[in-house]
Amino acid sequence: MAHGWRRRLAYLRIEDVDAFYGDTQVLHGVQLSIEKGQIVSLIGPSGSGKSTLLRVLVGLNKPRRGSVWLDGKPIEYGNKKALRAARDRFAIVFQQFNLFQNMNVLKNVTIVPVRIKKRDAQQVKKEATALLQKVGLGDKLHAYPDELSGGQQQRVAIARALALRPDVLLLDEVTSALDPELINEVLDTIRLLAKEGMTMVIVSHEMAFVREVASKVLFMDEGRIVEAGEAKEVLDNPKTDRAKEFMAKILRE
Amino acid sequence: MEYTLQFGQVLKYVPYLIAGAWLSLQIAFLAFCGGMVIGLLGAMGKIFGGRIVRSVVGVYVTFFTNTPQLSQIYFLFFALPEAGILLTPYEAVLIGMTLNAGAYLTEIQRAGFISVHRAELEAAETMGMSLLQSVWYVILPHIIKVLFPPLSNLYIIMTLGTSMAAIFGVEELTGRALNVNAITFRSIEIFSVTAGLYLLVTVVASTVLVLLGRWLFHVKGKVF
Amino acid sequence: MLARLFEEIPRFFSHYNTIFLLKAAATTLCLSAGGCIMGLLIGFSLALIRITRGQLLLPARILSISYVESFRRVPFLVTLLFMFFVYHALNLTVSVFIVGLTTVCLIAASYTGEIVRAGMESVHITQWEATEAMNFTLVQKLRLVILPQAWKVILPPLFYFFLGFIKDTALASQIGVVELTYSGKVLNNKGFSAALVFGTVLALYFTISYPLARFGAWMEKKVGVSKDRRR
Repeated sequence: MAHGWRRRLAYLRIEDVDAFYGDTQVLHGVQLSIEKGQIVSLIGPSGSGKSTLLRVLVGLNKPRRGSVWLDGKPIEYGNKKALRAARDRFAIVFQQFNLFQNMNVLKNVTIVPVRIKKRDAQQVKKEATALLQKVGLGDKLHAYPDELSGGQQQRVAIARALALRPDVLLLDEVTSALDPELINEVLDTIRLLAKEGMTMVIVSHEMAFVREVASKVLFMDEGRIVEAGEAKEVLDNPKTDRAKEFMAKILRE
Repeated sequence: MEYTLQFGQVLKYVPYLIAGAWLSLQIAFLAFCGGMVIGLLGAMGKIFGGRIVRSVVGVYVTFFTNTPQLSQIYFLFFALPEAGILLTPYEAVLIGMTLNAGAYLTEIQRAGFISVHRAELEAAETMGMSLLQSVWYVILPHIIKVLFPPLSNLYIIMTLGTSMAAIFGVEELTGRALNVNAITFRSIEIFSVTAGLYLLVTVVASTVLVLLGRWLFHVKGKVF
Repeated sequence: MLARLFEEIPRFFSHYNTIFLLKAAATTLCLSAGGCIMGLLIGFSLALIRITRGQLLLPARILSISYVESFRRVPFLVTLLFMFFVYHALNLTVSVFIVGLTTVCLIAASYTGEIVRAGMESVHITQWEATEAMNFTLVQKLRLVILPQAWKVILPPLFYFFLGFIKDTALASQIGVVELTYSGKVLNNKGFSAALVFGTVLALYFTISYPLARFGAWMEKKVGVSKDRRR
């Protein structure tokens, strides 16, 4: 229940959103506000709607009720042009990497800035190479996705998202498919981005990392936000029963 | 355009045409059954037979799948009399279609049989099934599931293929359409109605087959 | 009978007859290839129409679906006769070859429309979603990501369809197109033994079809392998 002045300040606001997959309702009255430079994490059991929320932000799922506000303006899901403009400000890294199978790594990262955002090809290539080196794949520029391991593909996906120069970065369980020794490199990259002030919404099961990097944590269950608050509060002292159950299960693993 | 469409004249012949459609279905059915028998023998021959058997079946299949059904029937109808074998048009069409179908069905059934992996048979054996039981509970259901879609597909193709019987005077749907055309000269109307009837027949046949597959054999399929 | 056959063979394979048969065989190929290529262009457009999602194009989508679902379910002979009389009614004097060619084209459009659509849908939905999330237009999605992946699924059925159609063109003989089957009837009417004539016709069809069938099998393996090799 944000007041008028807070509504104007919040960079990204999700107001009372309902979302459906066909006839099944997956989000019920979701309410969330994120400041610029803030890192918010969504946690909860699978099927709780966390990924759906990210999909709503990037326009893959249109809310049936409620609205999403970015930088003071609502996202017009019905207007194709406005939706594309809004979408331009986000970048999402999917759980299954979703790299383009018919292009090599470098092409995957450069294709959207060059072909769709019409930026200078040479400049983009330099940036892309730097980004790929940043994620540790400087030597795999010409490899194809199905020649890479899951972890490598995920890092390419992150580089690809960063090449879009987004205002808000959405990460959908990006470490779930990675080998333990590779997780840290990815987390380091995310830490660096956090320090650089990138606004992020992170869906993750890595509780230690979430606790370290996120300022706000929201616990979701069955399409609703059950508990929200500061990271340390929600993770160490969950107040609701569902959150307590979930944290206990996670900690036991 | 000087030609004006007059469907009225044609519509009274529709029952006549439908009777022809029934004959088309019969021809397709008979040819399919005959073809299945040939196909079964051929597939068995190709899988279990010696070198000679396999070559013979191979030649038969390769020949009949690489030449047009129409030309095959032409040969049966015009060339065989020279060797003393006289076939009626209906016989020539039926035999031609059966031999043609047999070749395709050999291939389909062969693919179906070899799709049963040895692992399945071994599992059945280790679970204590006799040969007869493995056939009934493991092999047959698997094969039916694998074969049902291509067989349904071929049957529909064959139903459409019966239309060439008209060339030899057989009074199935297309043949009757040509008759009506000769009487009324309302060509466009007749052939569009005929086309519509074939559409109807194939859609009905496809639906029946899909439903049969779903209820009897638990094979997923769709008409459109 | 065999004696008579052997006696006829040199007379049958006269210069004129051989050229006649070969020209007919070429007509068969042209009819099939030309019709299929033209049909592919139309079929491809039909498949593209089905992928769109705007309200404006709904009637076009319905038309496309109806077209694809109906022309595949009518025998070639019936469509051929229908087109023959349509040309006649419209007072268009064209050669029977053109009538045959346009009929092949219409039917091929229907089958290829289905093949192309299936190919595009075979590309995993996550590829579609990733391009959607990155603001690709429909044209960009298809050109840069979807079609480069879909053609492998499209090519083998497309080739086999073309191959199968070579046999279907035999029916074009019924409206007078001088292709292989028609040439057989002509030579038989001239008095040559039916066994010899139709046997040769069958052999010629075989020589056209079999090498192409082998090529198709090789190509299918090649296209499939390049998918597997990368994993």
